[in-house]
Amino acid sequence: MADAAVAGAAGSGAAPGGRLASRGLIVLAGLAAVLAVALLAGARYGLLLALGLGFGLVLEGLRFGFAGPWRAMILRRDPSGILAQLLAIALVSVVAFPLLARAGGEIQGAAAPIGWAMAGGAFVFGAAMQVVLGCGSGTLVNAGSGNPVSLLALPFFAIGSFLGAYSLVWWTGLGALPVLTLTGGSGLALTLVLLAAVAGLLLLLAAPGTRRVPRRLVIAALLLAALAVGNLVVAGQPWGVVYGLGLWGAKAAVALGADLSGSAFWTAPGNAARLEASLLTDVTSLTNIGIICGAFLVSCWRQGGLSQPLPKLPARAWAATVVTGLLLGYSSRLAFGCNVGAFFSGISTGSLHGWVWFAMAFAGSVIGVRLRPALGLEART
Amino acid sequence: MTRRVTAAIAILMVGLLIALDHAGTDLNPYKAPPLLALGSGTAASGGFCGALPE
Repeated sequence: MADAAVAGAAGSGAAPGGRLASRGLIVLAGLAAVLAVALLAGARYGLLLALGLGFGLVLEGLRFGFAGPWRAMILRRDPSGILAQLLAIALVSVVAFPLLARAGGEIQGAAAPIGWAMAGGAFVFGAAMQVVLGCGSGTLVNAGSGNPVSLLALPFFAIGSFLGAYSLVWWTGLGALPVLTLTGGSGLALTLVLLAAVAGLLLLLAAPGTRRVPRRLVIAALLLAALAVGNLVVAGQPWGVVYGLGLWGAKAAVALGADLSGSAFWTAPGNAARLEASLLTDVTSLTNIGIICGAFLVSCWRQGGLSQPLPKLPARAWAATVVTGLLLGYSSRLAFGCNVGAFFSGISTGSLHGWVWFAMAFAGSVIGVRLRPALGLEART
Repeated sequence: MTRRVTAAIAILMVGLLIALDHAGTDLNPYKAPPLLALGSGTAASGGFCGALPE
């Protein structure tokens, strides 16, 4: 990978022949990583890394995001990016609902309970993702493409996710409904109607000239949906981000001598076993690593993709990035997922918490877009 | 300074994470689950952000 960085860097100003060679190295680096994981850990894990790379390639290559489109809707009443998100979710749900109905325990949806902490967590996450302009997947993609704000936020996202998981059971005890899911044909029909209703509302509120989805985003939505279904079929669970980050934080804490015996979450059998196991056998860790590396490969591939100078931000912006990173991680654990695990995967596999997450995170985003300039992360307007 | 530096740091961080983790864990491809969960006959057991501890 480091070789690819050098190659990509050299490629930005290289002759066509040299650029072709460096791009060949980029492809080889990706294939070699997948093959190495498949040989060392097993074919399923290699395939999951490949899916993660695919997510990263699509998200960065076609500039498909979550935080940015929400910001565009809030500030400019431009719904095109959110419409593309809704399209991707609808496409996944059309496949996921029948699969979940017939696959028994082999495949699980992103089902989680609605509760006070869940709703509050989603609100805070929505605000935080607008402050650093990076959601769960966005922070990984941006870090991989060299965005220094996301690069700094990422380790604190992992620490926050670990801490949020540590106390998750206490927060859930404040009050939560049983897990509520839409299932079967009627559940799918209701999900599609709700997605269409949200799309209709967005189109109603849209500014003139913004009521269309660019072809780039339609293609990205189709590819993301295919990859998300692939994640479901290969891993038996939907695409997620936050669990893996929390696991990285937990592993780091244990390596530094922390005692996790006081946490109901990290002492639960499944989580304790994953703390002992390799990251290369953890589903969300593999796709997260793939997303970072996929975004990196795209940046190396693009002519001049890594030659952008780093922004000069005030000290308070960097301090805000650290705090926001922690909040992103902590709040997304309380919310049972981020824009990927709760919004994208929750809704597309029938969990009602995904809809509550959407509403609360969007409300939080309205606050977040106003906090961002105040915290020095962009020029005041 | 350009993104070349920060992107390289991101990849080095990922590499370091995998290397440090690999030093303390064992991998055995012969104990890996089937390629696809669908049709495997085994229950899904991966960690997910929506799951509460049992």
